[in-house]
Amino acid sequence: METPSYLNDGHGLKSWLLTKDHKRIALLYLASVTAFFVVGGLFAMLIRLELLTPAGDLLTSETYNKMFTMHGVVMVFFFLIPSIPAVLGNFFIPIMVGAKDLAFPRINLISWYIYILGGLFTFAAALSGGVDTGWTFYTPYSTAAANSHVVLAALGVFITGFSSILTGLNFIVTIHRMRAPGMTWFRLPLFVWSHYATSLIMILGTPVIAITVLLVAAERVLHMGIFDPALGGDPVLFQHLFWFYSHPAVYIMILPAMGVISEIVQTFSRKNIFGYSFVAFSSLAIAIIGFLVWGHHLFIAGQSVYAGLIFSFISFLVAIPSAIKVFNWTATIYRGSVALDSPMLYAFGFIGLFTIGGLTGLFLAAMGLDIHVHDTYFVVAHFHYIMVGGAIMGYLGGLHYWWPKMTGRLYSEFWAKIAAGLVFIGFNLTFFPQFVAGYLGMPRRYHEYPPELQVWNVMSSAGASILAVGYALPLMYLTYSMFAGVRSSADPWGAKGLEWEVPSPPPTANFEGTPIVTHGTHQYAPSKEVGIA
Amino acid sequence: MPDSRMHAEHYPGPLHNPPVRSAEVQRSASHAHHPKLQHHFDDMDQQLEASTLGMWVFLVTEIMFFGGLFMAYLMYRWANPTAFQEASAHLNKFWGAVNTIVLIVSSLTMAMAVRSAQTSARPRTQVAWLLATMSFGTAFLGVKVVEYSDKFQHHLVPGPHFQWPGQYPAGAEIFYSLYFCMTGLHAIHMIIGLGLMTVIAIMAGRGKFNGAYYTPVEISGLYWHFVDIVWIFLFPLLYLIGAHYGAGH
Amino acid sequence: MSGHIASPKLYYAVFFALIVGTVLTYLAALVDFGFFNNVVMLAIAFAKASLVILFFMGVRWNSRLTWIVAASGFFFLLIMFAITMSDYMSRGWVPGTLK
Repeated sequence: METPSYLNDGHGLKSWLLTKDHKRIALLYLASVTAFFVVGGLFAMLIRLELLTPAGDLLTSETYNKMFTMHGVVMVFFFLIPSIPAVLGNFFIPIMVGAKDLAFPRINLISWYIYILGGLFTFAAALSGGVDTGWTFYTPYSTAAANSHVVLAALGVFITGFSSILTGLNFIVTIHRMRAPGMTWFRLPLFVWSHYATSLIMILGTPVIAITVLLVAAERVLHMGIFDPALGGDPVLFQHLFWFYSHPAVYIMILPAMGVISEIVQTFSRKNIFGYSFVAFSSLAIAIIGFLVWGHHLFIAGQSVYAGLIFSFISFLVAIPSAIKVFNWTATIYRGSVALDSPMLYAFGFIGLFTIGGLTGLFLAAMGLDIHVHDTYFVVAHFHYIMVGGAIMGYLGGLHYWWPKMTGRLYSEFWAKIAAGLVFIGFNLTFFPQFVAGYLGMPRRYHEYPPELQVWNVMSSAGASILAVGYALPLMYLTYSMFAGVRSSADPWGAKGLEWEVPSPPPTANFEGTPIVTHGTHQYAPSKEVGIA
Repeated sequence: MPDSRMHAEHYPGPLHNPPVRSAEVQRSASHAHHPKLQHHFDDMDQQLEASTLGMWVFLVTEIMFFGGLFMAYLMYRWANPTAFQEASAHLNKFWGAVNTIVLIVSSLTMAMAVRSAQTSARPRTQVAWLLATMSFGTAFLGVKVVEYSDKFQHHLVPGPHFQWPGQYPAGAEIFYSLYFCMTGLHAIHMIIGLGLMTVIAIMAGRGKFNGAYYTPVEISGLYWHFVDIVWIFLFPLLYLIGAHYGAGH
Repeated sequence: MSGHIASPKLYYAVFFALIVGTVLTYLAALVDFGFFNNVVMLAIAFAKASLVILFFMGVRWNSRLTWIVAASGFFFLLIMFAITMSDYMSRGWVPGTLK
């Protein structure tokens, strides 16, 4: 006899497609972000195949341009930005604050449909021939010269932005107004803090890219010359507007992963986080300071040197709160009772790879060095260390950590460890050589390169094939576990937190009655902070 | 070597066994089962607070959305001050001012509409205020239609048919691009607002709103006032900067 | 349900102030004060917007959170304006660089 849970509360397609349950919506997002990840990955595969040889022999340059554009658009807007917030955030924020659902369940469902609609527009752009402007849509190429399907792609991004906005809106109101009695701000899990900070960015930043891509579409369709140099329009203005969102967007992509890591290191070190308030406030600091650095993408665009100076300096500052997190995670693990289960392996991977990515970001923040490596594979490697070595490992770690709670099933720890290892090895083999190639001058977004750089590209493509296997494995064993996995108890890891107090999988209403919280949710050891003996 | 934690014993957590709602945590119970209370909320107060906060967060996104256009305006005006003045002088500031007043009146009637719901006024009264708001909103759009067609006739629409009689054609074309984008986006928001108000007016007519439940009127009002505020900035920035520049209309 | 209920008199007073502000800004625009025109125009616009926000939208009687939320939107807009304009206005300050 199956115990009642949100999974069997209502059967049939309609009960899923018209659900208001945040947990079911999280699974809807899980299915769709996975699909988009596969699509984005296929574009990446074509890129790496082309780059096996120095000559541009697999794809024409126009087609290659479309490959990296679609890879970027799909991965950034349809995978990285929604992944953790829309899957893990949607599922766990209500439970972690002690609520029955998010503040606006119907808006939550609408956000998924908006996401799908945006995805369809982008698919339409891809199927009708693709876009070749790069995911950054720089003008005047995108508005005047490109003869690819810019408008469709721009509209796809515009529409999907609203999904992000609605998710952030829901999280902010939920965290402010729906906390259970006794759940004060400083008793919240750090996962919630990081999602709160992420939501601030979603709210303040996304509308700016919305208007910007709308202007690009308007300029193409209506021939209004806002960015047109022939009229005295300034293409750099586009870059200012674009990066005003797109830099904070990278913090949308990494902050939730940081929240996941904060949770995982505590559980698998059997220790409270070191410096809870510092980690909590560092999330807010990253969100706010992250809005002040966008000009570091415009160092060689014609931006004034003085503005570049300011942006460079603040870009150095923004590394500080991230570093605080890394120090605090390390201090948490130190002298903890460490278990190397697969979520923890991903957490370790995150900490190391994010550190490398972050440090290379500092290289790029230095204007002089940036002039040398701008638009080279150095930059590509930097952001992939953060996005893939950081964000995706955080996503996979969180998915594995909370999988038993979400599905009520245990996955194969053996295969999970293999996959984590393959991802780590494959990732480094793919992207470390790109630092070298970039520093040696290999430009990004070119389908050919000088022959002396081939060895780095071959290593990179080889690594990519290993990485692909590493990603394919969870797809298989996690799916398998949903049908044939050992059933999980409420708390298979021995973890602390409201989500581990409820059954696996949780009932639709999350809790019976209203939970009364009497102290902080992460209490692995006696703590002065909340006065428990 | 540490064991895998996967099959560890369940650790007792920090919670007491979740009790049914106890006295000290209960919020005001007077409307515990209002038919419009959504079940993930504790009470109508929390629902109103959450909805109001949600609408304000949404309005912040709207501020940033329009903000991108204001940024473009700011930069291009700084770069082309005289061109913008010359271009602005060709807008009809009288009708711009009329439209400003029309929207301010509509904000007054909207505030009165919310108040009528808060004070449980008769449905007819609520609908009257809402219809007044909508009439002024429609009047605003009517004036814009007239203005826009006037621009079409005088070849002031940016693009291949743009013709500028004055000294600064390039700057003027950028000005009019911004004019159409900003007022156009504003007009789209007005149209959406009218759609919202239609729904609200129908619900009010059916007696759905009173002192115990007026959340939809409140949050629609917030949206309406926001659209008014955008115009409060658009009017002087677009219509009045050329007011003392040479010869206008 | 809680929620402050304002008096109609207050609403009419705010309305009257908004109309006065509109007339003032129109008249001020007809005179050439040079750069000061912008200051007057924006000051009046901000005053009018504040009246709408505080009284028509009720922020005067809402929680501090609402106030912070509303203010944050304008604050971040200000950041975008100020820093972007700092780029444009300082172009060419370093000899040999682009204007």
